[in-house]
Amino acid sequence: MIRPDSPVLLEISDLHARVEEQPILKGVNLTIRAGEIHAVMGRNGSGKSTLSKVLAGHPAYTVTAGSVSYMGSDLLELAPEQRSRLGLFLGFQYPVEIPGVSNLEFLRVSTNARRAQRGEEELDTFAFEDLVRERLKVVQMDPAFLERSVNEGFSGGEKKRNEILQMALLEPLVAILDETDSGLDIDALRIVADGVNQLAGPENATLLITHYQRLLDLITPDYVHVMAAGRILRTGGKELALELERTGYEWVDQALASLGQEPAEVL
Amino acid sequence: MSTATVGDLVSQPYKHGFVTDIETEKIAKGLSEDVVRLISSKKNEPEFLLAFRLRAYRQWLQMQSPDWAALGYPPIDYQNIIYYAAPKQQEKKASLDEVDPKLLETFEKLGIPLSEQKRLSNVAVDAVFDSVSIATTYREKLAEHGVVFCSISEAVKEYPGLVEKYLGTVVPSNDNYFAALNSAVFSDGSFVFIPKGVACPMELSTYFRINSADTGQFERTLIIAEEGASVSYLEGCTAPMFDTNQLHAAVVELVVLDDASIKYSTVQNWYAGDEHGIGGIYNFVTKRGQCRGDRSRISWTQVETGSAITWKYPSCVLQGADSVGEFYSVALTNNYQQADTGTKMIHVGPGTRSTIVSKGISAGHSSNSYRGLVQIGPKAVGAKNYSQCDSMLIGDQAGANTYPYIRSQQPDAAVEHEASTCRISADQLFYLQSRGIGFEEAVSMMVSGFCRDVFNQLPMEFAAEADKLLALKLEGSVG
Repeated sequence: MIRPDSPVLLEISDLHARVEEQPILKGVNLTIRAGEIHAVMGRNGSGKSTLSKVLAGHPAYTVTAGSVSYMGSDLLELAPEQRSRLGLFLGFQYPVEIPGVSNLEFLRVSTNARRAQRGEEELDTFAFEDLVRERLKVVQMDPAFLERSVNEGFSGGEKKRNEILQMALLEPLVAILDETDSGLDIDALRIVADGVNQLAGPENATLLITHYQRLLDLITPDYVHVMAAGRILRTGGKELALELERTGYEWVDQALASLGQEPAEVL
Repeated sequence: MSTATVGDLVSQPYKHGFVTDIETEKIAKGLSEDVVRLISSKKNEPEFLLAFRLRAYRQWLQMQSPDWAALGYPPIDYQNIIYYAAPKQQEKKASLDEVDPKLLETFEKLGIPLSEQKRLSNVAVDAVFDSVSIATTYREKLAEHGVVFCSISEAVKEYPGLVEKYLGTVVPSNDNYFAALNSAVFSDGSFVFIPKGVACPMELSTYFRINSADTGQFERTLIIAEEGASVSYLEGCTAPMFDTNQLHAAVVELVVLDDASIKYSTVQNWYAGDEHGIGGIYNFVTKRGQCRGDRSRISWTQVETGSAITWKYPSCVLQGADSVGEFYSVALTNNYQQADTGTKMIHVGPGTRSTIVSKGISAGHSSNSYRGLVQIGPKAVGAKNYSQCDSMLIGDQAGANTYPYIRSQQPDAAVEHEASTCRISADQLFYLQSRGIGFEEAVSMMVSGFCRDVFNQLPMEFAAEADKLLALKLEGSVG
């Protein structure tokens, strides 16, 4: 929902970043206000995933220019765990498995870190178990998943639901979901979308990174941005996503050519 | 501000590396029959024990140091070691008030307060400083239950019959080179005797503290649980930081009769050498338990984090029908440490069962090997073994090896073996950090998760310590 006087939660200015020696982001500009849902679409290699990782503070990426302000503070100054505690959430495209670390314990430690930051009382094992069972309903997950190791042996859909469960527990202010819809069947997709919609509210914001229109059928975006060659090329409303469905990305190549840029590699 | 790397993780200096300034009596370096006699006379030992030592010494002279392990170290000059060192306070004091305060202070600094007010209330402690037991707490309370818990030196004087009956029956002096050496020159260690039907009311613990340089440490421990008896025993060890290597060749013998059980836990944190591999203890230990009785049980749990070299195979001989042997181990090596450790489960009687869970963590440039033997004899009908050996590699310079041996002469026996290798990956660490978990805590969570099956076996007080100890010991790069 767009409201003109909503506070700015995240402001990305002229962001440049590279991984190893390869420049990926070449001047990203984006402003996200409270209550908004943004979608970033683009081909593989356009820099969409890189953007999400840079915002989360992944050590493999180096920012070479530009700035990011989160809730008025310099985001790039903060360690990844600090960013998370302050309410920035990244839902991974490929959530990693961590054998031996109990899902329940991981969720509890993570939730308590956020609560501590907000000046709320930390929860012991029992109190936390009550909370998590309630939040499991948001993603329709079986409590049995709590006993397992983090993401170990989870199907693709279960991993994505575990990400949304974490969102439900951490209550982030800005949630960046990196291709949350990839690898999901229709039912899983509906559950994930339901979860995101339930959690979205006037105080927080969501940034969906996606290839496909179908997620946006279920989660209505306020803004759609098209990314290519490390920059946002075009911004529009939800109709832009439908247009892309119809026309594909060739116009992007033409637009890049006219800017003197090479099209991004299609992987 | 950049993300911390494992390399930045502050390597906690070995905080037990201090030396206690106390008058110590030492004999001259070198080993000979005279030295063996001297040790025996300093301890006022009975004839049978001197004979035991001399026989072992003569056997040792005929033996050769084994060289089959995956370990590299310069040859040990056995004449360049002091075989007896004791703090000048010789006689075991009747009350702790009479113990040299510097000794009490040492143990308090190590987290083992011995004084009445501060001691742990549910654990009896035998404190061994260099080769001498300086104090044993709660002896009277234990005596009320018929439990004997004292140093071996005292046991030899007060219960010679028991010692003579059992000493050397589980690990014969000619069992191996280091056992022979230990049998000749052993100094002190713990003696535990639990009479029939008694469940020992407290946990028993021995804390070994090496203080003198140039000395070898040869502890001897003997634990006997009669029919229906049970006890949980914990061993802890630390040493100062010297830049030479010190030999620690201990022998531990456990005996359980019908329906009895012994749980033996070790948290070993001997000085491991510096980050270039200089100095550190050579920990060459023979530990063995005999399940002589039917339905008896021995459980070994070890957390080995120190020593320049760890070479030990706590083992069980499962003689009694339906007897059970268990081995749970976490061995951490870092910098240039080496470990060749594991267990032997020897199934003799029918219906015997054994469980082996071994977790090796290799970091730095270290080398960590699991070596295990599961042997099923022809009479071990219906025997079962389950073995699981997991390795975790941290960084790209460390090594891990597994040498499992299975020998079975009984077709009606089941032997299962699983092994796995994993690493701490940067992606896993980042995932935890992106959920608000700090870097150090994330590494710790992953290592603890890896060791969970073993830590669950430790007495509660020590499980938390073990977690922290592992976290402190880790320093290296993460790939």
